[in-house]
Formats: sequence, structure tokens, C-alpha cells
Amino acid sequence: MKSSAVMKGMLGFYIVLFFLYLFGPLMVMSVTAFNTPSYPQALPFEGFTLQWFEKLWNHRLMMEGLLNSIIIGLGVVTISVPIGLAASIIMNQIYHRARSLFYLVTISPLLTPGVIIGISTVIFWKDAFGLTDWSKATFYKGIVLSILGQASFVSAYCLLIIMARLTRFDRAQEEAALDLGASYPQVFWHVLLPFLKPAMLSASVIAFLSSFENFNTTTFAILADKTLVTVLAGETRQGTTPALSALAVIIIAISLVGAITYELLKRREEAAAERMKERARLAERGELEQA
Amino acid sequence: MSSRALVLLVPFLVITAFWLMARYESKLGHDPTHKSYWERNGTVLGIAFIALVAFWTLFLVTLPYLYMVVESFHPRLPPAQRGGPNDFLTIAQYKSFIVSPTDGEWNWIHMGNFTYTIVVSAAVTFLNLCICYPLAYYMAQSGSAQKVRLLMLALIVPYWINEILRAFAVRLLIASKGLINQALMGSGITDVPIDFLGSNTGMWIGLSYANLLIMIFPLYNAIESLDKNQIEAARDLGAPWWKIHRDVVIPYAKPGIASGCTMVFMLAAGSLAAPLFLSGPQQRWFTMTVYDFFFQAFNWPRGSAYAFILLAACITFVMLVLKLFKVKLGEAIR
Repeated sequence: MKSSAVMKGMLGFYIVLFFLYLFGPLMVMSVTAFNTPSYPQALPFEGFTLQWFEKLWNHRLMMEGLLNSIIIGLGVVTISVPIGLAASIIMNQIYHRARSLFYLVTISPLLTPGVIIGISTVIFWKDAFGLTDWSKATFYKGIVLSILGQASFVSAYCLLIIMARLTRFDRAQEEAALDLGASYPQVFWHVLLPFLKPAMLSASVIAFLSSFENFNTTTFAILADKTLVTVLAGETRQGTTPALSALAVIIIAISLVGAITYELLKRREEAAAERMKERARLAERGELEQA
Repeated sequence: MSSRALVLLVPFLVITAFWLMARYESKLGHDPTHKSYWERNGTVLGIAFIALVAFWTLFLVTLPYLYMVVESFHPRLPPAQRGGPNDFLTIAQYKSFIVSPTDGEWNWIHMGNFTYTIVVSAAVTFLNLCICYPLAYYMAQSGSAQKVRLLMLALIVPYWINEILRAFAVRLLIASKGLINQALMGSGITDVPIDFLGSNTGMWIGLSYANLLIMIFPLYNAIESLDKNQIEAARDLGAPWWKIHRDVVIPYAKPGIASGCTMVFMLAAGSLAAPLFLSGPQQRWFTMTVYDFFFQAFNWPRGSAYAFILLAACITFVMLVLKLFKVKLGEAIR
């Protein structure tokens, strides 16, 4: 009995240490965002200030980068989610032997360091777009290359997310629709697509976020343009300013709100599902009694 | 030009192989109820699916990779001379990794950087496995549902914080004016600040910190599906806790361990942010060497060759881990 108490204590201590490791640096950084000295320091706390947030707002490069990041993120979502959908449907219908090769090709961007994806994107598209002067002037730009480079691995995320739901699709639904006279394309638009909608939504969110915060691929593919993250990298390299901490505080706040909203929604959904189950059980019992 | 154009042929070979495979299999297992791809999707959608996937696999994945590899077998030339008589195939870029082209000596610096990167990445991977395993086990097997949910939430929030900001956070903590040095000096353990950044300790911490959560989720997913009764049974039969882990939990969690390890290793070895902001001057990360070839020396062929060497090392490591754990690729990445 005594040893189990010791084990429990050790486990608790370990969990505390783990989260201290996880959150400690973030908390220290958050404190520096509100401290007055221009070198980001947590202690001694010399005075509360919001001036670093103001600095951030007036940082022209960062705002430009933010706009580019949003454009690239939306571009990646528009390309990657349809690709992920198409790839998951083909993966589902393809023959067994071909499937493993197809899987290897589609998953390879996840096993490739992001730096290499960025480099290969630039090298390839520089020559591909360079074939004509028109295409070079129109497309050989950081934003376009970043979208293409990021889409190569983000599509693989989308494929995995949509695949996970597609494998749970009940073929009986498809057959029912077909028996009722629907054509195959109608089944796709009216049965399969609504079924996959939640997965496609979460794929879009994941796609946007992973595009938005990507550094390794973008730093090569962005050429002379900039995104929020590359501006951030430049600033961090040059020196340290509490304005960076301020940005981190904003990001932490957004992800906190996002995570909590997600959690609440999930809980509500689960509660609704539970109620439905209960109702179904009651209905079944009622029918049985009637019979 | 010719060798670069040749690359374009490779995808068509692959597509032909695919098509032949499909033909072969459809002949092999003839099933009268089976609908063909075109019947199942209709012409328009069928073409759209294939076009999207072809664009992705050809133009975003295979062609750029192959093109990079071809580039690495070319000499460095000014743009005007590309495709000219001086643009021949050569292994000079790979040779330069081993023998320095300027003085003919062994290129210890780059080989050293490479070895350092691989060894440290492997060490960080192992470290993260050790740090994450107990928590993953606790969350998957012994925590109450309510607690696990809270822990999950606490894990997901920092997951969304950018790699660079995380490196920045670590830097603030361990800089010579940072909190840890303040504490060490305040308590009188040391008089002068310890140079964590110069000694690369900072980079180690940064790499481990950035990839902590990449390890924990696959581990958790793998252990979670293990039937609690198996652990109970082992316990009832008198197995001590370490034996339960060695003989029951770890063998079961193999796919998760393999998945976490390959992802962490790959992300650490290919990482740019942590080395860029947290490393000392004397030992450079291999990705930084590659980076410099592109942005400072403007030597793209040599940069490509080095990038390919890194890629080959990563693939070798992934294969090794999968072999070691006897796990298939499909099981490891889901």
C-alpha cells in the first residue's frame, strides 16, 4: 500500500514537472510582454505597460507579413482541401497493390523535412515558370511559390483527416440512394459530401493553421516577399524585443479561446448524441411494449 | 537541358505502371458486381479527381523532388550558361561534401555538422520519448476521463504556438540575463552567467521543447486502445510495474512509438528555427549549412546536393526505426 502512495506522489510530481516544462517558457515570455524594460525580462517586474502591443500594431513589416500570411493560408486551403478529398476517394477505390504505392507517394511530403520541400519547390518552379516571360512575370512570386510548396504537405494532412472519416462511411447509404434512383454523381453531391463535411471543415482549419505558422518551407519559397513568420524570424535573429512577446501573448490568447470553444462545442455535441441515444432507446422500448 | 527534361518522363513511367497494375488486378480478380471507377464517379467527377491528384503528386511532390536531385548533379553556373556546353552531369557537389573543393583536404566541417545533426536529433528523439511516455501512459490508462480531457486541452493550446515564438521563449529563459541564470546567480551557485546558448544546450532544449507534443499524441493514441484487462491480468499474475511496461504496454504501443520517433527525428533534423535562434557559433546545424548555400553563397546545386544527403539520412532513419519496431509505414503514419 505504501509503495503505491509513493508511486502516486512521484507521478503527480512528474506531471507537474512536465507542465512546468511545457508552460514555463510561455509564461515567462508572457510576463515580459507587460514589463517596461526594452530588453524582454520577467524579473524584476519594473512596471506594467501595454506599449509593446502598440509597437506591434505600428510594425509595418509585420502587418504586411500578416496580410501575406492570410492570403497564402486561404490559397493553401483552396488547393489542399479539394486535393485531399479527391485523393481520399481515389485511395478508397484503388486496387490493393496500387494502394500502397499511392500511399507512399502521397505521404512522402510528411516524411520530408520542410526545408527540402521549400528548396525543391523553388528550384523546380523557377525553371517551370521561366519557360515563358509571361508566366515568369505573373507567377514567379513568393506568394505563389509558398502556396505551392505548402500545399504539397498540407494536402497530405487533409488526405489523412478526410480518409479517417471516409473509412467510416456506410456503403448501405450509397446503395439506398442508388436504389431510389440517384445517379453516382448525385450520390457524391447529396450523400457523400454532406457526410464528409465535418472532416473537410476540420481539414480546412488545420490547413490554414499549418500554413499560417509554417517557417521551414516558407523561408525558402517566399523569395523576396515576407509572411508574418518570416518577419518574426528576422526580428528574432536581429535581437530581442518585448514586442515579440506581445505577439506571442496574442497568439496564446487566440489559441486558448479556440481550444476552449472547441471543447465546449464537443461537449455539447456529445450531450446531444447522448440524448438522442436515450430517446432511441426509449422509443425502441415503447415499440416493444406495444408489440 | 536534356537531363532536366528527362525528369519529366519519370512521372509518365510511374503513371503507366499504375495503369498496368490496375489493368492486371481487374483481370485477376474479376467480380461481376464491381463497378469501374468511371461508373462509380461519373465522367466529370472522375476526371476532376484524377486531375487534382495528378497535379498534386506530379507537380507538387515528385517532379520538384526529382528536379532537385537532378540539379544537384550539375555544376554551378551563371544563368546564361545553363543548358550550354559547360552544363554537364557531375558528382562534384557530392564529392565536395567529403573533400573540400578549395584545398583538396577532407571536408571535416560539413561532415562534422552532418554527423552532429543526426546524433543530436536521435538523442532528442530518445529524450522526448522518455519524457512523454509516462504522461501518455497515465492519460491513456489510469487518468479519469475528466482529468484526461483537461490535460488534453492543456497540451493542445501550446501546440498551436509558432516554432519561432517557442524558440524565442526558450531563449528568454536561458539567456545570460534570463530567469534561470538570475536564479542560479541569486542563489550563489555561480558568479558568472552560464552560457547555455554558446554551449548549444539551449538548442538541445529548444529542439526537445518544440517537438514534445509531436511525440505525445501518437503515443497516447497507441496506448489508449490497449485493453485495461491485459494490464490487470499481468498485475494479478504478479508482474512488477516495469515488467508490465516492458512486456505488455511497450510491445502493444510499438506503432505509436515508431510514429512518434520518426516524426520527431525528422522534424528535429530538418529544423531551422531552433538552431537559428538558439545555437552557439562553434557547431552548426546541417540545415543552416544548406540555408547558407542558398542565401549566402548562391550555390544552388551544392545546396541541393546537401539537401539530398539530409533527405537520404532521414529516409534511412525512418526505415531503420520501422524495421527495428517491425512496423509498416501505413501503421506508423495515420
